[in-house]
Amino acid sequence: MTTRYDDTARDRSAPDPVAFDVVGRNVEKVDGIALATGRAMYAGDFEIRGTLVGKILPSPYAHARIRRIDVTEARTVPGVHAVLTWKDLPRVPHTTAGQGYPEPSPYDTFVLDNKVRFVGDRVAAVAAETAEAADEALHRIRVDYEVLEPVLDARKALAAGAPVIHDEPEAHVVIPVRYEPERNLAAHVHAAVGDPATAFADPDAIVVEHEFETQYAQHCPIEPHVVLAYPDDQARLVIVTSTQVPFHVRRLVAQALELPVRRIRVIKPRIGGGFGAKQEVLLEQLCAALALAANRPVRMTYTRKEEFVAARTRHPQVIRIKAAVDPDGTPRAIDFTVLMNTGAYGSHALTVASNTGSKNLPLYTWKDVRFDASVVYTNLPVGGAYRGYGVTQGAFALECTIDELCEKLGSDPVEWRRNHHIRAGESSPIFEKLGEGKPGVPFTIGSCELDRCLEVGARAIGWKEKRARRETGPFRRGVGMAALMQGSSIPHIDMGAATIKMNEDGSFNLLVGATDIGTGSDTVLAQVAAETLGVSSEQIIVLSSDTDVTPFDVGAYASSTTYLSGEAVRRAAAQVADRIRDFAARMLDRPKDTLSLRGGRVHSDDGRSVSLADVGTESLYVSEQEQICATASCVTEKSPPPFAAHFAEVEVDMETGFVKVLKYVAAVDCGTALHPKLAEGQVEGAVLNGISYALTEEYLFNDKGRMLNDSFRHYKIYSTRDRLDIQTILVPSYEPTGPYGAKSVSEININGPLPAISNAIYHAVGVRMRRAPFTPERVLAAIREKDGV
Amino acid sequence: MKVTFMLNGRAVSYDARPDEMLLEVLRREGWLGARRGCEDNNCGACTVIVDGKTVLACATFAAQVEGRSVTTIEGLGDPANPHPIQRAFVDAGAVQCGFCMPGMILSTKVLLDETPTPNLEAIQDALDGNLCRCTGYVKVYDAVQRAAAALAAGEETT
Ligand code: FES
Ligand code: FES
Repeated sequence: MTTRYDDTARDRSAPDPVAFDVVGRNVEKVDGIALATGRAMYAGDFEIRGTLVGKILPSPYAHARIRRIDVTEARTVPGVHAVLTWKDLPRVPHTTAGQGYPEPSPYDTFVLDNKVRFVGDRVAAVAAETAEAADEALHRIRVDYEVLEPVLDARKALAAGAPVIHDEPEAHVVIPVRYEPERNLAAHVHAAVGDPATAFADPDAIVVEHEFETQYAQHCPIEPHVVLAYPDDQARLVIVTSTQVPFHVRRLVAQALELPVRRIRVIKPRIGGGFGAKQEVLLEQLCAALALAANRPVRMTYTRKEEFVAARTRHPQVIRIKAAVDPDGTPRAIDFTVLMNTGAYGSHALTVASNTGSKNLPLYTWKDVRFDASVVYTNLPVGGAYRGYGVTQGAFALECTIDELCEKLGSDPVEWRRNHHIRAGESSPIFEKLGEGKPGVPFTIGSCELDRCLEVGARAIGWKEKRARRETGPFRRGVGMAALMQGSSIPHIDMGAATIKMNEDGSFNLLVGATDIGTGSDTVLAQVAAETLGVSSEQIIVLSSDTDVTPFDVGAYASSTTYLSGEAVRRAAAQVADRIRDFAARMLDRPKDTLSLRGGRVHSDDGRSVSLADVGTESLYVSEQEQICATASCVTEKSPPPFAAHFAEVEVDMETGFVKVLKYVAAVDCGTALHPKLAEGQVEGAVLNGISYALTEEYLFNDKGRMLNDSFRHYKIYSTRDRLDIQTILVPSYEPTGPYGAKSVSEININGPLPAISNAIYHAVGVRMRRAPFTPERVLAAIREKDGV
Repeated sequence: MKVTFMLNGRAVSYDARPDEMLLEVLRREGWLGARRGCEDNNCGACTVIVDGKTVLACATFAAQVEGRSVTTIEGLGDPANPHPIQRAFVDAGAVQCGFCMPGMILSTKVLLDETPTPNLEAIQDALDGNLCRCTGYVKVYDAVQRAAAALAAGEETT
């Protein structure tokens, strides 16, 4: 059963934070010690005797048809139990995107196919007793390829006569959206409010127009994708997997292998980071198919190289942005034209592109807006969900454009943003115009402390003094900033549920489908339950994400866990608290409405109380026996944006073009920070990843579409020796529709570094970096060009 | 072949092929705290301590530890009795997904054994080989400093 938010039923005013006992405090992370002592179990740690090793034969070509594939020899290798090619599997088009049904991503993927569409695409798979035997079997598969011309440049994908990547007749979409695989168009998104052309034509308006370009990048969770699949004694299929979306894994594996959902159980153990990479049902279908073919447990583990090449990436975008403001600075019109490269498959294609607009355009009060995004297939690695989800790319273009407009206006960038951002009580037409594959949901902003974020962030970086400074000499420092918003959950689409049951000692089991992937959501959800039940968080025993045991949840994505699943937990806990009061009313012989839960006891207004242990014992063993238990669900009506102001101070080496980030400040309004330390950790991790993306991370390809830097040695992610100084400031606000005032925090902060650093580089040396990453070569070339060298 | 060495304070003798990596052997024998992050010596998730120095188990042949003393994360503390460094990492909020943490904590152990009160730069140098994609390292630095203080205060029991 689904209950929807009732805004009117909740108190809109922010309660005094000290009114909370558990929420807002840094309670012990429920799995902290297990993780720090190395005892916590990840998908790679589950051992069943006789588990086979599963491996994949990757395509050496970016685009090819498999004319013939011969596995006779491979099957004779000793120790080999299964060899699968496209001939052995049902031909079921599906998407690997871990999204709710019906998925907005095209059904353009088969578990194995007779066509390969990027270097590293899967050709065949084997399961063998040892890794060596598996390798030997792969080696003995004979493939006769018809090599096809690849599309390696997104800008040429739509050209007439370009090779067609998805020429299979089965490719289709399951929601009514534009999809034209015959011309490599994986998705198209269009939205308009008014007509920007009028403002652009106005001779008084100040207009800026530029093109921005972002690159391929990978999430790089330190734990790669790992799956263990085995048939159990009931002939069911158990899948232990490093996923953010266990319930979507169950549904998609059932679909792809034509099995009933009831035959599949998905267990999510500890997860070694996801960042969106694991919002993808990538290896589970194949591993399950091998386990069924071999009738044995099979484990598949991506190597780091496979993780780079064949897992998912951040979709590269080319964004042409045109914006107009009045001479007094009032925002008039904005036009975003996006060309997004989804690689060989359309995973998250439509929705990432939508988010580029839907979570950037509402930030300022534009009167006229046009947004147009074309998503194209290429024979390059596949895009997917990546923390920030398209907003990252759009924020780069938008916030650099604002910086340039401010320069033309002679306005201070902080001041301009303070004057023109969306506020609490306001709405944006974009909320309704741009949804996720269907119209969005109109709503008003319930909480916004962006003003305060701008103020404290500017103070922390020393904005006024440093902005006034103009440096000369070989090392030049500058400061830049950006304002940001994101969302919290996908309204009217995502659902999360929670079950709470009471034990006789006054402790509670909290069963959630929500998926802790290292974010600390188990802890935060325990806090919400504990706060509502008047106990300490140690009294809450959390079990997350086992599809046989826990209720449904869409999983860890769209910045939804705290806001959506947290509200489901609050509701379930409120129902349990209510039932506890029924028992306590009888035990204390007092009217129920005089009773409240606090400190592990039920208190009556006459000063008497009964412990939760006594209530639990009474309910299980003594009178009117029942299991005190409740399940509640939540679907959201809104996607309340968290807001942030980011500030970067950089130093540019004029000789080499090397950019060093001297200090980075992130001031963030995430509503109530239910666990401030975990929230800060989310900010710090996202900022570091964003800085690394802005300055170094990028895929390099040869002219055949092969990735050249597929290891941590050649694809640099930031380490301790980069000596970043990141300061997080949590600016409290109270979101009336969120559990105890919470919104979201996990994604927004990855969006700041690209624009804040680009703007800081401009302040330091006067060049606008519109193509990421800002490598020394690119920065130096820009400096030289400016100096006319 | 057999490899005989001290593991977490006990003598062990494990089967290993001559070309087998220490990480492979440790994990097969149930020492799962040594994590597999890249297997090409670039991430630090497989860090263990050999004779007081950090070593990447994915880049060390099992045969190389013959007769030597190896400490994995399991040798430092356990959930009922965590080592002060482990406690400090949890208290500082430095543990997110935790996948990098065994390596990070063992590198910290070696650092603090050699330099009981390291400055920030020394911490950054010592942990450079341990990639973490979750934390941004801010709370890791705090954790190391807390651990240093806790150890200096004589809380170490092992
Ligand atoms: S697994 Fe050994 S360094 Fe990455
Ligand atoms: S805590 Fe996740 S990689 Fe470090």
